[in-house]
Parts: sequence; structure tokens; C-alpha cells
Amino acid sequence: MPRVLLIEDDPSVREGVELGLRRRGHEVRTAATGEAGLEALGEFRPDLLLLDLMLPGMNGVQVCRRVRESSQLPIIMLTARGDDFDVVIGLEAGADDYIVKPARTEVIEARIRAVLRRIEEPSSGRSAVEFHGELAIDRAGLTVAKSGERVGLAPSELKLLLHLTAAPEQVFSRQQLLEHVWEHSYHGDARLVDACVRRLRNKIEDTPGDPRYIQTLRGFGYRFGPL
Amino acid sequence: MKACVAPDEDAEQETAKGHGRTSRRKGRSPRLRPHPFGLRTRLVLAFLLVAAVGCGTTAALTYRAARNAILEQAQDTAVSAFREQVENLNTTLPVNPGMLRSSLLMIARQGKPRPWRVYAEYGTLRVSSTDRPSSSVITPELRARAADQNIPHGSFQRVVKDGVPYLTMAVPAVFLARSAEGPPQRTGLVIYAVMALDEEEANVEAMVAAARDGALPALAVALIPALIAARGVLRPVRELRHAAHSMGRGRLDTRIHAKGSDELADLARTFNESAAELERSVAELRNAEARARRFASDVSHELRTPLAGMLAVTEVLDEDAEGLDSDTARAVRLISAETGKLAVLVEDLMEISRFDARAAELHTDEVDAADCVRKTLQHRHWTDPAQVVPYLTEGIRARLDPRRFDVVVANLVGNALRHGGTPVTVRLYAEGDQLVTEVADRGPGIHPDVLPHVFDRFYKADQARTRSAGSGLGLAITQENVRLHGGTVTAADHPGGGAVFTVRMPL
Repeated sequence: MPRVLLIEDDPSVREGVELGLRRRGHEVRTAATGEAGLEALGEFRPDLLLLDLMLPGMNGVQVCRRVRESSQLPIIMLTARGDDFDVVIGLEAGADDYIVKPARTEVIEARIRAVLRRIEEPSSGRSAVEFHGELAIDRAGLTVAKSGERVGLAPSELKLLLHLTAAPEQVFSRQQLLEHVWEHSYHGDARLVDACVRRLRNKIEDTPGDPRYIQTLRGFGYRFGPL
Repeated sequence: MKACVAPDEDAEQETAKGHGRTSRRKGRSPRLRPHPFGLRTRLVLAFLLVAAVGCGTTAALTYRAARNAILEQAQDTAVSAFREQVENLNTTLPVNPGMLRSSLLMIARQGKPRPWRVYAEYGTLRVSSTDRPSSSVITPELRARAADQNIPHGSFQRVVKDGVPYLTMAVPAVFLARSAEGPPQRTGLVIYAVMALDEEEANVEAMVAAARDGALPALAVALIPALIAARGVLRPVRELRHAAHSMGRGRLDTRIHAKGSDELADLARTFNESAAELERSVAELRNAEARARRFASDVSHELRTPLAGMLAVTEVLDEDAEGLDSDTARAVRLISAETGKLAVLVEDLMEISRFDARAAELHTDEVDAADCVRKTLQHRHWTDPAQVVPYLTEGIRARLDPRRFDVVVANLVGNALRHGGTPVTVRLYAEGDQLVTEVADRGPGIHPDVLPHVFDRFYKADQARTRSAGSGLGLAITQENVRLHGGTVTAADHPGGGAVFTVRMPL
């Protein structure tokens, strides 16, 4: 069962979520502040970070950025609907998904599983490493290299890239990507997709403003290539 | 006076604002509409009327006075001269026509101020200074008065014949020898004189012409102060109109520059005072409303944090309830179920608060509309054709916020399933440039009293009814979401029975 680090300042939410997840078999460590959470990271080595955005002192977005500086740890933000501005900033900072509070434990757990789920191999007959232009994608090892140099991708970025490259030149609507990459409903928040595409472009494109790999089709969605 | 505030709209303001995107098609500054009988016209007409009446009256009075003076002068001169002539006339009886005629010719020659035509009548004898024995201008009335004993010195009359005015005079000839006790003895001979007054009439005509010629420039001159006065009145009126229009558009800080001390300046000042008062009370109302909204928003925010903790552990309660004794188990399940409902209610309240605070954002995306509705139904497990029957036109691409559209469809279908009868039909089609979504049920329909209130918050059709599964905000949120898309939602009774909710949104 995955190890979850929960950073949440409100005691009742902290305790409630901890209790709910623990009942479902997760190993949960909690921290009340961003600073305490960052400290616990190294020692606890969680599989996933549940991060409240509104924290006293160092806020959730800052924590997220700090974590992303050194690791591709899956991060799910806890947020309140209406804090739209924070959501966008949190996604830009590198969060993989977000959950709107209040949420039932089953919803939280479903998101945790979705973020942690590995992309299944589309076909077993393919070679493990694919080359697309200067990109080398290892589907088995789940690594991506550009011009021989390894690119560190967060889970959502990796899954998005793998999904798009599984069918190059095919257009996926943002709703389809939400359903397949994030396992959200069709009506989920498409800003997740847009923010993830932006982050991915910053890492793999030569000029993110004029993308070559991940192209936008206005009104329809995204596709990989054609190169 | 009609205030003409023209709320018509056109491109004028858009160009003024510069950005077609930001310029909302609101009212622009009012354009001057031509008034056929506006203030300006009426003021000018009034001035002209006064000038005309003034000129006319003056001319008429002058004319009358001058005419009388001219005519009377001519008349007095003629009458006294004629009387003198007749008195000097040596009348002998019986009348000798030949002598009389030469006397008459002499009188006629000495006529003042112009020669007269002189006629004498004695019984049936007619003698005149002209070639006709009698004049047609002499009226029987004058003859009667000449015969009247009580008018000893004769009389005169002004007669107009064939457009020419004549002065006719009659003087009876008397015996020179007077008795001491009575009036002079009449001889029976009456001398008449006729004088044309056409020259005098021509003078009078000249005066009328002069008065008319003077009046026309006067009227023209009157036009100038009329226009100046109209301008002086119209400018403040126009300013007032602009200001009122601007206030009507919601710019409550509009004020007029009130100068001077006339009634219009007073009006401007009153307008300014009223505007200030209005602005103050509107600001007060807005503040109160904002406070109330902020309170609702704060309350739901405050409720959310404890709810987040509670909702996370409801599953624990549900799972462990089986192991508890029955009362405790019921209590625990109640708390769990109500926590869930409370969470929905608080979420809906927050959603409404955001709409009220205009903080709701639209994240549009171009989507396949039929897909969107289908996914909503699938997601809610409304897939049983006995419950929900979709008739979706395929291939409509619409620009909408998928999450909000999902809420709209889900709320309408959920409402139909709760309050109407199955099967609920969901129709989706494009009409012109609108996307139409129709949700119809087979229930009893909506009571006419209820119909205007279906979108009200927490509206309960039946006060006695306990709250239903919904938060009571579902349809209100639906309406706000549709409005956010620039669309409309209407509720109606279907002629075939049941209620129909129709959502129209721009494609």
C-alpha cells in the first residue's frame, strides 16, 4: 500500500483524512506546516504527497516548487473550489492533480490510485524504447531522454507524454485526456491538461512557444507531432 | 415638455470606446431628436406671435387714429365751407333753375378742400352743377335728415360706392330774415354736395403700407432674441437630459454644472441633490447586500473546514455501524448520511455565493455537445431507458464550460426524476446559432402558482413538505450557470403533460 505524506494545517481535516486513508490500508504520515512536511519527506520517503494549498508560513505552492526542485514525487493538492487562482498556480508549480475539499475518502483514494497507476503497455510487441525526433521514450523503464540527456518528468507529465506518443498524430480532446490520463470525469477541469502540457513543453520542446512535439489544435485538443 | 431620453444603441459608443471586445452594447449618449413642436419652435413662434400682435395692434391703432384724423379734417373743412357757401347763397322763391344752377356752379368751384359736385332739390325740381340732375351717392337717409326740422344746419354722411369713398353733405337753405323766437325759416330748398375722398383714402393706404413694411423687419428682428432665448433654455435642458440619461445607465456620480440663479439653475441644483441622495442610498443598499453576501460566503467557508474532516470519516462510521447496537448504529448512520447532504448544501451555497459575488469563472472548451450530455448521464448512472431517454443530435460542436454544463444537465434531469414522472426525456439539438437542451418529464407538471418561482433559491412548492434530496439550490445554480454562458433557461408545462425545462445557450 502506498505511503502518503499529508501536509494540512487544519487538525480536523488532517485527522479525518489520515483516519480514512489508514482504514483503507495506507501508511500515512501527517505534518501541520510546509516546513515540517519538507523535513518529513527525507525521512518518511512517501510514494505520494497530499498537500493543502492554504498553509500558514510556507504555503502549498512554495512547498510544491521546493519538492519539484529535486524530485518527481507525485503531488496532489487539496484545495477549496473557488480558489481558482491557487489551483492554476499550484498546477504550474508542478502538482499532478488536485482534490476539492470537502471530499470523501473514497474520492481521495481514487485520485491517489489514479496518479500512482502506471500506464499499461499498449502493445507488448513493441520495442521498449521509441524514438521521436530527439526524444527517446522508454515505455518499460518509464524514462524519457532528449538528445541523450534524461528529462525528469512528474507522473502526470510522463503519463500524458506516453499517452500522446502511443498514437502519434492522433488528436485527443482535452476531455479525452482528462478521462484517460487523469481518470477524471469527462467534465473535469481542463486546466489540468493545459497546465501539464505547458510544463511538459518547457521540458521537452526546444522553443516552448513554438512547440514541435506537443501541438495544439485549436478547438479540438492536442496531438503528438507530426515531426 | 417631454424629456427625450433615447436608449437606442448603435456603433457610436463602440467607436468611442475603441475596443469592440470590451464595449458592451449599452446605451450611448442620447442623440438630439428633431422635435417638430419642440421648445425651440414654440419659443420662436411665441416671440413672433408677440411681435406680430405688437406690430399689428400699433399699426391698427395708428391707422385708425390717422385715418380718422385725415378724414375728419377733410370732412370738417368741407362741411364748414359748404355751410358757409350755402348761407351766402341768395335764394329767391320761387326758384329760378337757371340762376340756381349758376350759383351751384360757383359753389362747386369754391369747394374745399377740393371741388364738389353740388345738387339742389326743391320739391320735384332737381338742379346740379354737373350734367346729371341728381347723384346716386346721396342716400335717402341723408335726405331724411336734411328734411328734419331738428337738424337746422344740415348733416353729412360718408358713403362708399364702387370702392370709392365719398363725403355727402346736405344743407337746407333758409330765409335770411330771422324771427327772434324760432329757428330760421326753411325755404324748402336743400343743397347737397358730394366730394370724393379718394385722395385721403390713398394717404391712409400709404400709411397701412408703411405700417406693414415696418412690421416685417420687426418680425425678422424678433427672431433673433427668440433664438437666443431658446438657446439659453435649451442648453440646460439638454444638459439635464444627458445627465438623466447617464444616471439611468447607472453612472450615479453624474452631476450638472449649475450656474446662474434662474429656475433652470435651480432645477439643475435639485437634480444634483437628488442624484447625490440617490447615489448615497444605492451605495448603502449595495453595501448592505455585499455584507449579506459576504456573510453567506463566509459562513459556507467556515462550515467547509469541519465538514472536510467529517466527510473524510463517514465511511469509517458506515463500516463500523454494523458492529454497534441498533440505536447507536442508527444514530451513526444518520450522522453519516446528513454529513453527506450538508457537504452538498455547503458546496451549493458556496457556488451561489460565487455567482452573487460575480466571481464565477467560465472555463470554456469546444466540445461535442451530445458526448457531453451522454457522459453526464453515464456518470450519474442514468442509463436505464425506463428512467431517462436521450434524443441527442450528434455532431454539434459547442463552446461551453463542460463542468458547468454537466451541472446544468444533471440538475435538470435529477430534478425531473425527483419531482416529475419517468421516463424523463433529454433532447439536444441546434436551433439557429443556439444549442437547445430540453428536459421533459411525465409528471403532473408545474402548478401555475409555482411556475414563476421554480428557479428561486430554497423555494418549496409545498411549505408542509419536508426537504427533498436536493439542496434547494439546484435550479437556482442551473439558472446562474446558463446565464454565465449567456443563455436562458425556462420552465413550462408540456401540452401533453409533464414539465419541460428548456435551456438555450449560444453555440
